[in-house]
Amino acid sequence: MNTKENIKTLIIKKPLKLDCGKTINHYPLAYETYGSLNENKDNAILVFHALTGDQFVTGINPITKKDGWWSYAVGPNKSIDINKYFVICANVIGGCMGSYGPSHKNPDTNKIYGTDFPVITINDMVNAQVNLLDHFKIKKLFSVVGGSMGGMQVLQFISNYPDKASTVVPIACTSSHSAQNIAFNELGRQAIASDHNWSEGKYLSNNTLPDKGLSVARMAAHITYLSKKGLQEKFGRKLQERDSLKFGFDADFQIESYLRYQGSVFVDRFDANSYLYITRAMDYFDLVKQFDGNLSNAFKKTKAKFFVISFTSDWLYPTQENKDVVIALNAIGADVGFVEIKSDKGHDSFLLDVPDFLKTLKNFLDKSYLER
Amino acid sequence: MKSEYKIIVDIIEEKARVLDVGCDDGTLMESLKKNKNVDARGIEISKDKVQICVSKGLTVIEGNAELDLKQFPNDSFDYVVLGQTLQAFVNPEIVIRELLRVGKKAIITIPNFGHWKVRLNLLIKGTMPITESLPNSWYNTPNIHMCTIKDFVKFSKIINFKIFKSLALTNKNISNINNSNLFYKNLFAELGIFLIEK
Repeated sequence: MNTKENIKTLIIKKPLKLDCGKTINHYPLAYETYGSLNENKDNAILVFHALTGDQFVTGINPITKKDGWWSYAVGPNKSIDINKYFVICANVIGGCMGSYGPSHKNPDTNKIYGTDFPVITINDMVNAQVNLLDHFKIKKLFSVVGGSMGGMQVLQFISNYPDKASTVVPIACTSSHSAQNIAFNELGRQAIASDHNWSEGKYLSNNTLPDKGLSVARMAAHITYLSKKGLQEKFGRKLQERDSLKFGFDADFQIESYLRYQGSVFVDRFDANSYLYITRAMDYFDLVKQFDGNLSNAFKKTKAKFFVISFTSDWLYPTQENKDVVIALNAIGADVGFVEIKSDKGHDSFLLDVPDFLKTLKNFLDKSYLER
Repeated sequence: MKSEYKIIVDIIEEKARVLDVGCDDGTLMESLKKNKNVDARGIEISKDKVQICVSKGLTVIEGNAELDLKQFPNDSFDYVVLGQTLQAFVNPEIVIRELLRVGKKAIITIPNFGHWKVRLNLLIKGTMPITESLPNSWYNTPNIHMCTIKDFVKFSKIINFKIFKSLALTNKNISNINNSNLFYKNLFAELGIFLIEK
């Protein structure tokens, strides 16, 4: 993690009172930008990343040396066209790509935080990131866009800062984490906590890593990002480099081998404690409750134009949960469009090459930009 | 522009708030925006059509009028437009009530099943009529509740809504429908266009 020195980082001096009651100040927020800010400073899009994403939206991620997580959607002439827009993305606080998180040192004790890091929420994340607008002297973003946990941040952002974005694009997300969502996240957290190397979160001080636990967490989560049909078509019961079953517990099936691989590469780029913190933030997200059971009230103060996108095969954040946002917006006469994109690729559809999605996102942004 | 759309654009005032139910590819919404500067919203059931609307910069939600109108508050639009789809709903009565709850006024157009060609078709051939505007067979038509202009006028009395304007479209000619010419209009008009209120 020493390679992270070249990451762009803003030190936020303004104190931030977290939902848990603690206050943080003078904390780092790592970010990346793409494209250039125009003279009027009205072409900026703040992209929010999902659970395991980071600020390196597109191009080659300088740390992992792999393509950015949203390379299909963001780039020159793509859905979020960086020839036209100035794209900003920050690593969420609690994360592990340079922003203030559990692998940082506690200034009071000079020890790595681990699980002593304060529990953060989606609300805290966006309240930290809004500082980027001041940094770039942007009064109003052209758009806030994000999928999954990124979409939750989009909803929280426009609720907290109703005048700070002209268009709002929550994708494949929810306004309130469901029991099923919490259950899967808990499974991941317990996988990490039951790895002896986790050492109650103090593994960095002990020089051990809970790789096994984190990779099992990733394997379980990965299944939730795909659809049954997609899995069946890609893997079916195909065997992994063998002609017959071996009557053992090796990875006989391709799907087993695939999941093990996904788990193993994940631990190289992600911190186990960050996984705990960020999944917790998602679980605590309940915009409906924040507004006393009436989601419409979250959006009453904004005049922004919304466009909600869901996917047919997404069972993690199903269409109905996305539509609840549409319903809440229509109930107050807000400007909202909605489309459910047909795709077999499950929740991950928004990250993948799904032409209907990419085209629709581009059309919405480009048309709205012309009419701004 | 289709004569039907031109009539609708003429009826609607400048800057009105309009919901187009079953907005198709957004052609009507576009011309409403262009000619009357209206605040237009659409509901459309087809994903492809919604995507076309988005590419035109229109605000459209993918949805089904029978399920999705209920999310709009009372009187949230000046006009709600329902173009040639009333006959496709399971319960046209509920749809009309919803249109008049959500909109202060509604404009409903119906393909006239009382047109002489339709009548002749059934009379001579003895099979369900297939015409230019009704090209489907009985077993695959989305039109499960066909009606005539006369049926619609009667319906207004049965479920109690007011018809403020009724127009007949025949070969691109527009004429008024009234009690004295109802028999003829019901025989010769291809389309009935009605402006209704609660």
